Amino acid sequence: MMHLPVQLTWLIPTLPAAAAAVIAVVPARRPGLGAGLALAALAGSLILAVLALGGALADPATRLTHTFTWFAVGHGAIRLGWLLDPLGTLLAVMVAAVGLLIFTFSLGYLREDPRAKQFFCFLSLFAGAMLGLLLANSLLLLFVCWELVGLASYLLIGFWFQRPAAAQAARKAFITTRIGDLGLLLGLVWLQDATGTLLLFDGGRGVLEAEALSTLAGATTVGGLAVSTAIGLLLFCGAAGKSGQVPLHVWLPDAMEGPTPVSALIHAATMVAAGVFLVARVFPLLAADLALPLAPVHALSVVAAVGAVTSLFGAAVAVAQDDIKRVLAFSTVSQLGYMMLAAGTGAWTAAIFHLLTHACFKALLFLGAGSVIHATHHEQDIRRLGGLRERLPVTGATFAVGMMALAGVPFLFSGFWSKEAILHAAHGWAVSQLPFLVALAAVALTAFYMTRLLAEVFAGAPRGHGAETAHESPAVMTIPLVVLAIASVSLGFLGTPWWPWLQRTLDPTFKAEAGGAGLMAVSIALVATGILAGWTRYGRHPRSDARAPDPLARSVPRLHGALAARLGCDELYAATLGRLNAALAAAASALDRSVWDGCVRFLARLGVYAGIVSRETDEKALNGGFNAAGDGLRASGRAYARTQTGDAHGYVWMLAAGFVLLALGALLGEAR
Amino acid sequence: MSPLQACLVFSAALFSLGLIAVLVRSNAILVLLGVELMLNAANLNFIAFWRYGPTPAEGHGVVFVVFALAVAAAEAAVGLALVIALHRHQRNVHLGDARRLHG
Amino acid sequence: MIALAAIALCTLAAAAVALALRDLIHSALLLIASWVGIAAFYLWAGAEFVAFAQVLIYVGAISMVVLFAVLLTRPPTAPVSPARSGRAVPGFLAGGAVLGLLAGAVLSSPLPAGTDATPAFGVRELGLKLLVPHAGALLATGALLTVALLGAVVLAAGRGKEDAP
Repeated sequence: MMHLPVQLTWLIPTLPAAAAAVIAVVPARRPGLGAGLALAALAGSLILAVLALGGALADPATRLTHTFTWFAVGHGAIRLGWLLDPLGTLLAVMVAAVGLLIFTFSLGYLREDPRAKQFFCFLSLFAGAMLGLLLANSLLLLFVCWELVGLASYLLIGFWFQRPAAAQAARKAFITTRIGDLGLLLGLVWLQDATGTLLLFDGGRGVLEAEALSTLAGATTVGGLAVSTAIGLLLFCGAAGKSGQVPLHVWLPDAMEGPTPVSALIHAATMVAAGVFLVARVFPLLAADLALPLAPVHALSVVAAVGAVTSLFGAAVAVAQDDIKRVLAFSTVSQLGYMMLAAGTGAWTAAIFHLLTHACFKALLFLGAGSVIHATHHEQDIRRLGGLRERLPVTGATFAVGMMALAGVPFLFSGFWSKEAILHAAHGWAVSQLPFLVALAAVALTAFYMTRLLAEVFAGAPRGHGAETAHESPAVMTIPLVVLAIASVSLGFLGTPWWPWLQRTLDPTFKAEAGGAGLMAVSIALVATGILAGWTRYGRHPRSDARAPDPLARSVPRLHGALAARLGCDELYAATLGRLNAALAAAASALDRSVWDGCVRFLARLGVYAGIVSRETDEKALNGGFNAAGDGLRASGRAYARTQTGDAHGYVWMLAAGFVLLALGALLGEAR
Repeated sequence: MSPLQACLVFSAALFSLGLIAVLVRSNAILVLLGVELMLNAANLNFIAFWRYGPTPAEGHGVVFVVFALAVAAAEAAVGLALVIALHRHQRNVHLGDARRLHG
Repeated sequence: MIALAAIALCTLAAAAVALALRDLIHSALLLIASWVGIAAFYLWAGAEFVAFAQVLIYVGAISMVVLFAVLLTRPPTAPVSPARSGRAVPGFLAGGAVLGLLAGAVLSSPLPAGTDATPAFGVRELGLKLLVPHAGALLATGALLTVALLGAVVLAAGRGKEDAP
């Protein structure tokens, strides 16, 4: 099999990025041209990524790197590079493949939108940046792509910027992730200062290699933290912002204001996974402090704690949401929490496994939701849906596959295996069993809310006009659904406990641990409980009309209300951070007005007094003699003023003519 | 043509473009931008002469350009402020209309 | 040389098209592209600091001011500014004459061939030059920038109602 030379890695991200640049200038009258270009470029990237994966798999233990100098400043040089290893290339193949399906889906979804051209331009930019992020061998290059991904996400969330909610959501996403990125940037600056390089692997001198790691873990900083812990936590800030971890999760549900394919591509399958990818990528750095038993806190423990809290929070809030995309968004928050939990407990391969499977089934669920929304003329409220099983047979069947994969229905579906790997890792974590218990609770909740979603949307009778007149989406939208459904089933077999191919490929030192049958039984029981509970509450007696209250709201109204309000996070932020910001602004304004204005006014008053004194002396002593001279000057001035036309161009003309004449004269004089 | 001459011809072409913009266009902003181009052309000359000159290690050309850039920034700020003031006075930025200073 | 030719071609093309376009926004954007080209020339010539200063000052700052000026002074009904006037032909003649004169002078002058090696004049040397022999000029430049900023604010802010037409 042919392999991609590592020197040509740059082609993979450049193809879609170049396509974005070209699409930006093709005429808007021909949206098909732009879409075709985007698809072709991404297909090219997919082929190249597969070739690169082949090269990386041929010898997983050695890392193919290609480093080059970006520019030299003073005596140092900024070096960037590409890296082909199983982790990056596997995810690149996933991003390109899922991206290709979502691009295809968008052809149908945005057929009538007049700005479809821009949409494909932004999508291509996003795909290029994301692929660059995955294949970068330098944290600086990674950061550049990271920010580009954020920019593309901002543009796509706000794609329907005429809607105030979309514009607001785009801003919110951009600003919230920027808060995390500030930490990432600080971490990078610190890392550069401490090690003198930002290359990941550089023949023994990269930041992820033994020499730098031992230096970083050996030094301590404020509070007795190892430098590697501090830097790792700063990098994790960026990852938490991008991956919607508590407390920076608030932007992800609002990001659903974007077109649904965007939600599928960016806010479910790829971009939000970038945070998990970053944690997996710098895992050696995060794990460097594990050798220090006296450290006050280990970076990975923080990661695990944040992940556990996020997984439970997201699952709990998803139970009480009524917007089909919001349910999926909070489910994404929760699943990302799982992945962080896995990475924090040391099983970053399990995190990546879940990332891959989750990307497939969450993209499937979002595209299914998009198909539903498209078919029902933009009806997103599950209370007014219902009974779509007969009307949308393909969407319904594939959505059910996605639901079962997400809920973790045993054995056949991929989500089960990856979730199992995570639970196994959490169970075996030496530090604490608390995250494991939290994750078990989240498993049950996940099964419950996904059953609720499926029952509300597809079972029973239609409860709204949109649902009554629904019709199946065109083939260009259903084919990606079918492909993703097949992938959602088959991907799981890459990492079963009996044949952990994926884990071994990612991490050659991975050892499959025996046992876990009891654990598996527990989790299967929890999933069954969740599905049963969901079915008895929502499926057996579907609600009769859109205004009927939620069964959960009837039995535990307080809890349901709090969850529906997303536990008040947004309000809390508005009341604290927003208030603080406003107060600071008001204080600055008051300072300006009272203190600085006072100073300025005092100076002005001084000037006025000086003027009065000067005027008095002028009029008495000096004026007499000058008046006579002034009259003479005025007469001559009037004569000269005729030549002043006031036309700025005229003056420049004279300048130019004068210059040409002078230069000609000089040249001729020299020639003679 | 030696590299130095190539650089100088490049800068001469840029200068002429700026000059044409100043002479032909009537929009004050474009005229200002033409002036900026001419300034940039001058900077190009400094760098070219520094690069191929007799004493590059002294860095005179670079120092000159650093100061010229600072002055250019000041010039652009004041110039564009003037354009805005002009717009407030006559509701457009047409240079031909700004003749209140005629004698 | 090929790199220089490419940079020069891009820069000049961007500038030429910018100055010929009717839409000021497009002009401004193309001029920014041409400023980037000039920064590329500085990089090519080995003056990295100047290149970054060019990017920061022109591409970063001045371009923003220009765009703001364009947007603030755009007529509400947006009749495009007349691109051609009676001065077009003589203007091109004068510009061509200046170009011819300058190019002729350059090409006929016995200029030193110079070395191909990039001069060893990095950021450190430049910093020493700026802060030791030219410290006074640096301070004066700072003062100039401050005064220019204040002046620009005063000019653009106007004096309230009396200035309104």
